[in-house]
Amino acid sequence: MSDIINLTLSTLIDKIKNKELSSQEITKAYIARAEKSKDLNTYITTDFENAIEKAKKFDEKGNFDYKLPGVPLAVKDLFCTNNLKTTAGSKILSNFIPSYESTVTQHLWDEGAILLGKLNCDEFAMGSSNETSFFGNVESPVGKKVVPGGSSGGSASALAAKLTPATIGTDTGGSIRQPASFTGTVGLKPTYGSCSRYGIVAFASSLDQAGPMTQDVSDSALILDIISKYDTKDSTSVNFKRGDYFKSLSCNIKGKKIGIPKEYRVDGMPKEIENLWQDGITLLKKLGAKIIDISLPHTKYALPAYYIVAPAEASSNLARYDGVKYGYRSEGENLISMYENTRSEGFGDEVKRRIMIGTYVLSSGYYDAYYLKAQKIRRLIKNDFDEAYKSVDAILTPSTPSSAFKIGDKTDDPVSMYLNDIFTVPVNLSGLPAISIPAGKDKNNYPLGLQLIGKAFEEQNLLDISYSMEKELSFKNNLQDWWIK
Amino acid sequence: MSIDLKTIKHIAKLSRISIDDKKAKELEKDLNSIFEFIEALNKVDTKKVDPLTSIAETSLKLRGDEVKTKNIREQILKNSPDENKDFFVVPKVVE
Repeated sequence: MSDIINLTLSTLIDKIKNKELSSQEITKAYIARAEKSKDLNTYITTDFENAIEKAKKFDEKGNFDYKLPGVPLAVKDLFCTNNLKTTAGSKILSNFIPSYESTVTQHLWDEGAILLGKLNCDEFAMGSSNETSFFGNVESPVGKKVVPGGSSGGSASALAAKLTPATIGTDTGGSIRQPASFTGTVGLKPTYGSCSRYGIVAFASSLDQAGPMTQDVSDSALILDIISKYDTKDSTSVNFKRGDYFKSLSCNIKGKKIGIPKEYRVDGMPKEIENLWQDGITLLKKLGAKIIDISLPHTKYALPAYYIVAPAEASSNLARYDGVKYGYRSEGENLISMYENTRSEGFGDEVKRRIMIGTYVLSSGYYDAYYLKAQKIRRLIKNDFDEAYKSVDAILTPSTPSSAFKIGDKTDDPVSMYLNDIFTVPVNLSGLPAISIPAGKDKNNYPLGLQLIGKAFEEQNLLDISYSMEKELSFKNNLQDWWIK
Repeated sequence: MSIDLKTIKHIAKLSRISIDDKKAKELEKDLNSIFEFIEALNKVDTKKVDPLTSIAETSLKLRGDEVKTKNIREQILKNSPDENKDFFVVPKVVE
């Protein structure tokens, strides 16, 4: 049993196809481990009984040609799942049972995957440490009382702790890549428009994108093949020719031009991040890539622009939570006070802060000064990337400005929390694909990640480069299972 | 520029979130520190820049106005906080 949970997703699939392992054996192994790992608080909702039932059915008459034949998976609780509670980490959705399925999760089940349950996340995906969830903090398996990052913190923690062979998250400003970096796992944010947003609880619609979180790069390619599809139910879904990412994966890196943006060398960046980046550059050279110094001059304005655009879109998206059609309701003496009490009790502090920021920047008299200004800055940031991609194929940066921190360390100051996403946010504003791969450790033995940013719709290139690097880095988390009860 | 308590209460009203004085003071502190950080954008000259409203920058596709799902009243009402099989129920609006 203990061997099963140590296998990568692609190896598990091989073993199911060869009939070395049954879906039931695998499903039960992950459930048994999850039962012993409750202290990490990764799950909001489990669906274990149904999972075992589905695994049994698969073993009896399953289709072994599927890409995920009888493979159990847990997903972030931001994806609507038909007939299974979907909370987005919020009290206001704590009793919400969707009557439909998100497109992305439907693709997983259509390929034979089995849902284990729904993973914890920051409330409405607003947070960088999984400390804003109504369902409590998630602990990272990399260290006691250490945050897993956010907002896909439950996903990252469950993956690193081997409670699911792979998972999917969503990334609005770094919510896949930053937790992947903090937990020693691989996280890919695809190009905006690749994966359908239908059925994903909306945060900031022009930035949100779903993507794989996996143990290694080839598993990410495998999941991307399944979830990246054109969907008429998402008006911003793009109908482009998608690659055969998993099959085409190769160490194709020789002669590739990799840009190193000088603006990412920020003040006060810890020496170990600096060294990690330098080692990454050395490795790329060794692998035959060409290193080119580039400039992305508007980088420092990305985070302030993001904190206008994202809250503005959030304040509009979250207007729907009014206690009328679904979700939590608090009574009031009239309609307006019912709305106000419902939203006051139903939303947590960070969500309220962002709704207030968004409402303010969109309010009469301030629209031009803030929202329009931020959209113009967004254009400049995207132009920077367009210019850089005239001379390079991809860009290498650290994923985060620091390694994982302790629970409670940054909750008093919202701005210091926001700074976590300084290297990931420009990518969302520009709609580009980016991947975080584990590349080293800090002095406490906590993982550190490197980020590769690619050209729009060129995920294959990004996967090939990270695949080549991964082989040489041979990163191992070596977790001590201290949380197992 | 700073946001005063009166403005905080006005934004809360617009956001349909009830807040007490203690909460308003907390939000005043938080929002001011966030906006101080945001003000950095004023250093950039954007007079000649077009706003980027969407990454896709294509016009949205039109579709035929056809009914695809029907008779799902039960499904739609099933998550309604107030138990009623026929309608969504809100506090009385008309006297």
